[in-house]
Amino acid sequence: MLSGRHLLGIKDLSAQEIMLYLKSASSFKDILKRDIKKVPALRGRTVVNLFFEPSTRTRTSFELAAKRLSTDVINFSAPSSSILKGESLLDTALTVEALGADIIIIRHSFSGVPHMLSKHLRVSVINAGDGTNEHPTQALLDAFTIMEKKGGFEGLQVAIIGDIIHSRVAKSNIYCLKKLGADVRLIGPATLLPECFRDLGVKTFSSMEEGLEGADVIMMLRLQLERQGKGFFPTTDEYFSQWGLSNKRLRAARPDAIIMHPGPMNRGIEISSDVADGGNSVILEQVTNGLAVRMAVMYHLDERKEQ
Amino acid sequence: MPKKLLDSKEIDRTLTRISHEIIERNKGTEGLCLVGIQRGGVHLAERLAKKIKGTDASSSDIPVGSLDISFYRDDIRIRQPAVSRTDMPFDVEGRKVVIVDDVFFTGRSIRAAMDAIMDMGRPALVQLAVLVDRGHRELPIRADYVGKNIPTSGGERVEVMLEEDGHEDGIFLVSAEEKEDGQGGHGHA
Repeated sequence: MLSGRHLLGIKDLSAQEIMLYLKSASSFKDILKRDIKKVPALRGRTVVNLFFEPSTRTRTSFELAAKRLSTDVINFSAPSSSILKGESLLDTALTVEALGADIIIIRHSFSGVPHMLSKHLRVSVINAGDGTNEHPTQALLDAFTIMEKKGGFEGLQVAIIGDIIHSRVAKSNIYCLKKLGADVRLIGPATLLPECFRDLGVKTFSSMEEGLEGADVIMMLRLQLERQGKGFFPTTDEYFSQWGLSNKRLRAARPDAIIMHPGPMNRGIEISSDVADGGNSVILEQVTNGLAVRMAVMYHLDERKEQ
Repeated sequence: MPKKLLDSKEIDRTLTRISHEIIERNKGTEGLCLVGIQRGGVHLAERLAKKIKGTDASSSDIPVGSLDISFYRDDIRIRQPAVSRTDMPFDVEGRKVVIVDDVFFTGRSIRAAMDAIMDMGRPALVQLAVLVDRGHRELPIRADYVGKNIPTSGGERVEVMLEEDGHEDGIFLVSAEEKEDGQGGHGHA
């Protein structure tokens, strides 16, 4: 039922495989509510976080998820490593493998790095974000949150808003939601909206009011100022006035619409504080669900290693 | 054809006897709860809870939990279990917990179940009720309540079919050759 021992992207997964992860995540979420928030499922395994890009929440989430499964976790971040001494990426990964790692979690600013490593390593590779390509565990945790709140995906109206073109979160979510049967719309300035998803049946809007009409799920993205050159939009104030999510704009969506954000948030740029902290926001639940989903991913990948 | 070892009437009588034994051993039903191991044990735990309540007039409802032991197994890399839900609608702390399973074999599932329960709290005591004991223990674990002892060879398989899963109640012995065909309810190979 499961395709391989790596999780490189949502693009390669079947709907069935995605649902297996989501179903198991519910069981792991129950464990996180107990007094003893730990199970011995992966006892004796070693997980290495190999992060070549700054990250607090994803790295911490993977680290805690791995610890909840009783693995040993090693964190390895580029600025403090032998990368500075000129070691190649592959040599670093091979070294980590030789140390006895079972699962390597990789984040890198270049698209395709996890795929390249997976071809050279015997361990399981999990993509924790590669350039502007994919961030599969974020899409899985978003899908899990939607499933919990909305009960299913068929015919659900999901609006993804903002810096689509630089967003691996958006890309993984589009693949994931389309596979699960949801309707996806993208909203943002034309400069940040790629055309390439039209073939998947995704609609694009430049007006928030039109795009949000009847939406069940509103997924905001962080404006990735660090990946942008100049000229995508005039100023961040102007951006907020056109594409920021405020309570007034929210009225176009369904009254029970949920509001999501992968974090970290730029308050006042893509989302106003009253919306981010309001009753429809599930932003903090996404963080909790991220733990459960990452536990499920590591659990199922480990199962397949020796088969 | 698989050999039928117990029919529906015999299963019912066996469960009635076990329910009486549970009340007798625990001197009533105070603090008692039943925990069925997914999947076969859950339906049996529910049936036992009804019988216990029916027998002991002073008893209130006996809480029943269902336990998935996937995360506690020692053979995770041999199978690929689809994880079922653990649902424990009560606190095990200080309770008398009776673990219920359909077929008692190597004892490894029971070891996993005990570890899982201990991670939820500290029960006053833990007992084990099984419908069938087929032998071949690999751990020093014994059952407190046994429906029927059925001597088997290692290659055979005992299958418990239950109404709740859409079958007629029955316990079957499947021989090693028949096992090759690989069909039926939740077996214990």
